[in-house]
Amino acid sequence: MKFLCLDCDEQMAFAERREPGDGTFAAAFRCPRCHRAVALLANPMETQLVGSLGVKIGGRALDAPPFELARGSMRGRDDAFVDEDRGAAGPGTGARPALTWSVDARERLLRVPGFVRGMVKRIYVDYAAQRGIAEITPEVMDRARTELGLEGM
Amino acid sequence: MMLRSYRDVVGADGSGIAAQVAGQRARVDRRLATVGRVVAVLSGKGGVGKSFVTAALARLAAARWPERVGVLDADLRSPTVARMLDATGPLRVTPSGVVPASGSGGVRVMSTDLLLEEGRPLAWREPSGDAFAWRGTLEAGVLREFLGDVAWGDLEVLLVDLPPGADGGVDLASLAPGLAALAVTIPTEEARRSVARAVRAAADAGIRLVGVVENMAGYRCGNCARTGPLFSGDAGSALAAQFGIPLLARVPFVVEGAADAAFDPAEAARVLEALG
Repeated sequence: MKFLCLDCDEQMAFAERREPGDGTFAAAFRCPRCHRAVALLANPMETQLVGSLGVKIGGRALDAPPFELARGSMRGRDDAFVDEDRGAAGPGTGARPALTWSVDARERLLRVPGFVRGMVKRIYVDYAAQRGIAEITPEVMDRARTELGLEGM
Repeated sequence: MMLRSYRDVVGADGSGIAAQVAGQRARVDRRLATVGRVVAVLSGKGGVGKSFVTAALARLAAARWPERVGVLDADLRSPTVARMLDATGPLRVTPSGVVPASGSGGVRVMSTDLLLEEGRPLAWREPSGDAFAWRGTLEAGVLREFLGDVAWGDLEVLLVDLPPGADGGVDLASLAPGLAALAVTIPTEEARRSVARAVRAAADAGIRLVGVVENMAGYRCGNCARTGPLFSGDAGSALAAQFGIPLLARVPFVVEGAADAAFDPAEAARVLEALG
């Protein structure tokens, strides 16, 4: 899917993604020449159709974790997985700084279904590590959710 | 105003969708690089004992190749083979992948049976009103993850227990090049007709057919061990003749005992040779 600015005859570039949590999806694309922007607004069926392909509109900031599709989409049992932490040094990231979770962030993580919680936690940790964030807060989680496309997680 | 078409606009789309899909396939390729053979166990029809045969062959294969046999249960909606192999969760998720459950004989197993609540059907967290539009795609994606995200390790053979249907493993073949297939039938003419469709689909897709196993070929008495008639028909040999493939085994129905015990040892050896 490409977006073409007809006035400039220029391909528009991906600018931003929003997943408000109601099953819909929004993505903004901007013309690199005139800076005019358009929004792609998808209904739940369209959003799910794209999500079922295991791809992200706007591209991926992180590699897909194992079973991203299964865990993100399936209704499974809470004790299906035991997620192992990567430890102090993740692949390609060097030694990781100490990372803490705010109380609110911890509580919010606990509300994520157990089937997917370990994977979601790892995504937030990777997101924070990549950006040098020392504490995961609900605000950081919101940002990660928007940027990474964690619909429903 | 000049309206150009997709191909007129040079350069990747802003999302790199094609690259993302290529990345998914590359992930499967990397994972299967340490798997000797991927063999789909298929039938066009439910109830022929496909999962029973898969579990039996997995155990027999594991006796020959210890710790080097895997079973992927592609019957996402009605998974049974994990239970037949005594494989249980939870599944360990490591940075390098999901560690498969260890079943009897050391068979490595992945199945939705390990993920779903007991007694609950396969269900998705997404809106269900229009599920017909995306459910098939999602299931294909989960199957891809079962292939590409499971740390299968070094395997001689990965058996894939396909769901019933005439697809014949065609979808799977697009993910696992070099896929081979083993057909399972029962003796009846109805089964022959149904399985033939699936085998034809597989053959048309270029999937290598290794042979046929005729299951429930008679009933073996638990007391005297004699085998008497159960179903009429000769679907196994008919399918073998129709597609020019060997009838590898005729497996009687047994009431008790391990699934692999139902196989005649010589026939079991022949099936394993065919899988190799």
